[in-house]
Amino acid sequence: MRRLFLNAHLLDHANGLNAKGGVLVDDSRIVAVGPQVTNANASPGVAVTDCKGHILTPGFIDMRVFTGEPGNEHRETLASASLAAAAGGVTTMIVMPDTAPVIDDAAIVDYILRRARDTAIVRVAPMAAITKKLAGEQMSEIGLLKEAGAVAITDGRHSVANARMFRRALDYAKDYNMLVVQHVEEPTLATGVMNSGEIATRLGLGGIPAAAEVIMLERDIRLVEMTGAKYHAAQISCRASLEVIRRAKAQGLPVSCGVSVNHLVLNENDIGAYRTFFKLSPPLRTEADRIAMGEGLADGSIDVIVSSHDPQNPDTKRLPFAEAAFGAVGLETMLAAALRLHHAGTVPMARIIDALTAAPARILGLEQGRLAPGAPADLAIINPDHSWLVAEDKLSSRSKNSPFEHTTLEGRVMETVVAGRTVFAYHP
Amino acid sequence: MQHRKCYAAPAKALARLKAGLTNKFTAIPAARRDPASFINPKNPPPLPPARISTTHTTLMTSRPAQILKGQHLLSIEPLSPQEITPLLDLAETYVVQGRRAYKRQPLLKGRTQINLFFESSTRTQGSFEIAGHRLGADVLNMAANTSSLSKGETVMDTAMTLNAMHPDILVVRHHASGAVELLAQKVGCAVINAGDGQHEHPTQALLDALTIRRNKGRLEGLTIAICGDVLHSRVARSNIILLQKMNARVRVIAPSTLLPSAIGNLGVEVFRDMREGLEGADVVMMLRLQLERMNGAFVPSAREYYRFFGLDEQKLKYAKSDALVMHPGPMNRGVEIDSAVADGVQSVIREQVEMGVALRMAVLDALSRNLPQEQN
Repeated sequence: MRRLFLNAHLLDHANGLNAKGGVLVDDSRIVAVGPQVTNANASPGVAVTDCKGHILTPGFIDMRVFTGEPGNEHRETLASASLAAAAGGVTTMIVMPDTAPVIDDAAIVDYILRRARDTAIVRVAPMAAITKKLAGEQMSEIGLLKEAGAVAITDGRHSVANARMFRRALDYAKDYNMLVVQHVEEPTLATGVMNSGEIATRLGLGGIPAAAEVIMLERDIRLVEMTGAKYHAAQISCRASLEVIRRAKAQGLPVSCGVSVNHLVLNENDIGAYRTFFKLSPPLRTEADRIAMGEGLADGSIDVIVSSHDPQNPDTKRLPFAEAAFGAVGLETMLAAALRLHHAGTVPMARIIDALTAAPARILGLEQGRLAPGAPADLAIINPDHSWLVAEDKLSSRSKNSPFEHTTLEGRVMETVVAGRTVFAYHP
Repeated sequence: MQHRKCYAAPAKALARLKAGLTNKFTAIPAARRDPASFINPKNPPPLPPARISTTHTTLMTSRPAQILKGQHLLSIEPLSPQEITPLLDLAETYVVQGRRAYKRQPLLKGRTQINLFFESSTRTQGSFEIAGHRLGADVLNMAANTSSLSKGETVMDTAMTLNAMHPDILVVRHHASGAVELLAQKVGCAVINAGDGQHEHPTQALLDALTIRRNKGRLEGLTIAICGDVLHSRVARSNIILLQKMNARVRVIAPSTLLPSAIGNLGVEVFRDMREGLEGADVVMMLRLQLERMNGAFVPSAREYYRFFGLDEQKLKYAKSDALVMHPGPMNRGVEIDSAVADGVQSVIREQVEMGVALRMAVLDALSRNLPQEQN
């Protein structure tokens, strides 16, 4: 099927596109893109979509998505997560290995891919475990996992704390050109439940110092220096970490990092009176750290924005703060929340889109994430000025633990296209 | 002090009541003294019970004045001095009442008070229980080890189960910070925080303030040193907030490992040395150091802790000569406090316990004034 998207504001930083124009799609791929694509390309048999001057970008690639499949389907399945993804313009979900059983075996990678093919409406690619059962002790079969379709390795919510183990994983992964993704947090120092400081003291909650993150990140950078493996810090949350990343990049090391959209727009004050939807890992930090994250994103020190979508239900969230689970859903609100930085004038729109599309594609070596002839026809049509209320009953995710509930966000994905087919269209 | 509006029985009748006399010609109906008569539906609900004032007696028909603005007492944080002072004044009247032979004043007759303790407690639970009984409430104790709390039921489920029994007042202690507040969101009755994790213990701070005020005549301008395990202490947090609201100067003294991060932002002066911290103090408030925290985890040993942070007669000399010595209990003698000091002339530790009952009666009274009343 041929489709024609007209009257769009094309935005693809990586390909230097920032102009009015259109996109012509044949079956699942883009065949032409640019100002030259106009009504003249219309012909019988071509379905035309009028983008009404809205922004058209590549579909988003979210590098950090937790689902409950297999093992905790009551929280989220690949299917329900994909509905949320489509509603948020995410056309490729990179799912984490923290499932039950853990994605530490080629057969489970295969299971995920087949389940996604059969049930999900967006693309799904798994990251596999660095260590078996995420226990941090024995290396998983990195070569076989890659062959089965894993796009990178990570221990998900866990850090590989043992330096010798992590060094070997980096060395071995390098031979297979496999990206190693780390949750940067020194577990023996991160025993608390929120950012360490005055608010934690007032609430009587255990604190997680920023140093827990910085120590692990600095250690990892030393090991990358030693091994030369490709390394990605899944999320950073504080200014000190940003400086470590900047130094490593200035040194020319193969290092990249991400930030969750929550850490770009929220801070520790949002916890208020023990609101568990704001209990995140890494924890929400100070306002100064939040501002630093915006700066790091703007200048490209921070490569990607992730949703860190982590569905939790009342059983794990409606508890005293210290006993509640970490995590928040975010696939559906990622773009709209990130656009706060655009509206505030701190990060240009083009950089935000880049951090959601071309940057993760480059880091993971995916062919998606660009508007170019031959690229997969994964598209998102965005109205950056449309405001909408985040309502629990309207969220597609099976879990409703959104820190943005009852919040009005500005910016809305109007339509999401995966492989040339519309998987989501917004009807207010 | 603002005069409380109050119901009062004629003085003669009161005298008879206190003397245990019964006289059918006096104005006090038997129903006021005999709880059993309440169960009989033929017996109409009694008139509002007599309210005894030690300051003055006047006949009033309106409801007693509101003291606390909120429905619950969850923390000191939202209280204003305009709430704290009248509450302490009210507690003073219960101190007098508690020293009488006949201690009951059934203001809470017909009310149900449930003491829900997820964390074991002897003195706080006992204190609330006595306070409730003295005010004539029906008091039920629920402890974690005897209820479904130990069978994996969540705080919220427990709250909703108890709520269905229509208690009027829930007194809750829980080991997690914020748990009492969470529970309060799901119940219709008044909730009193009897200690939540490392967050707050409001009635302890209030009874400490009452004890200090009785001995020093004021709170304003006093220098109060809080010493010991501030990191894990909800008592310390509530006291820091309350005493500063009442314009006292608060110091904390502890080794760095037992101080929470950014404690200085709470407005206190921070000391790591007892001699410096106690210099010129009007009140020395010691905190308990739990056994599991003194074996190398937070401090190297009880011996070393006692040497540098235990309050003995020598260290006490650095404080003012008339400084009060306080401890929320239970004490570790020979760890944070020396017996000679704990039992010495400057110690008001036993008085704190007495004030605990009176203060909790005042809190129960104040909160019950905000409860929905029976419509006639």
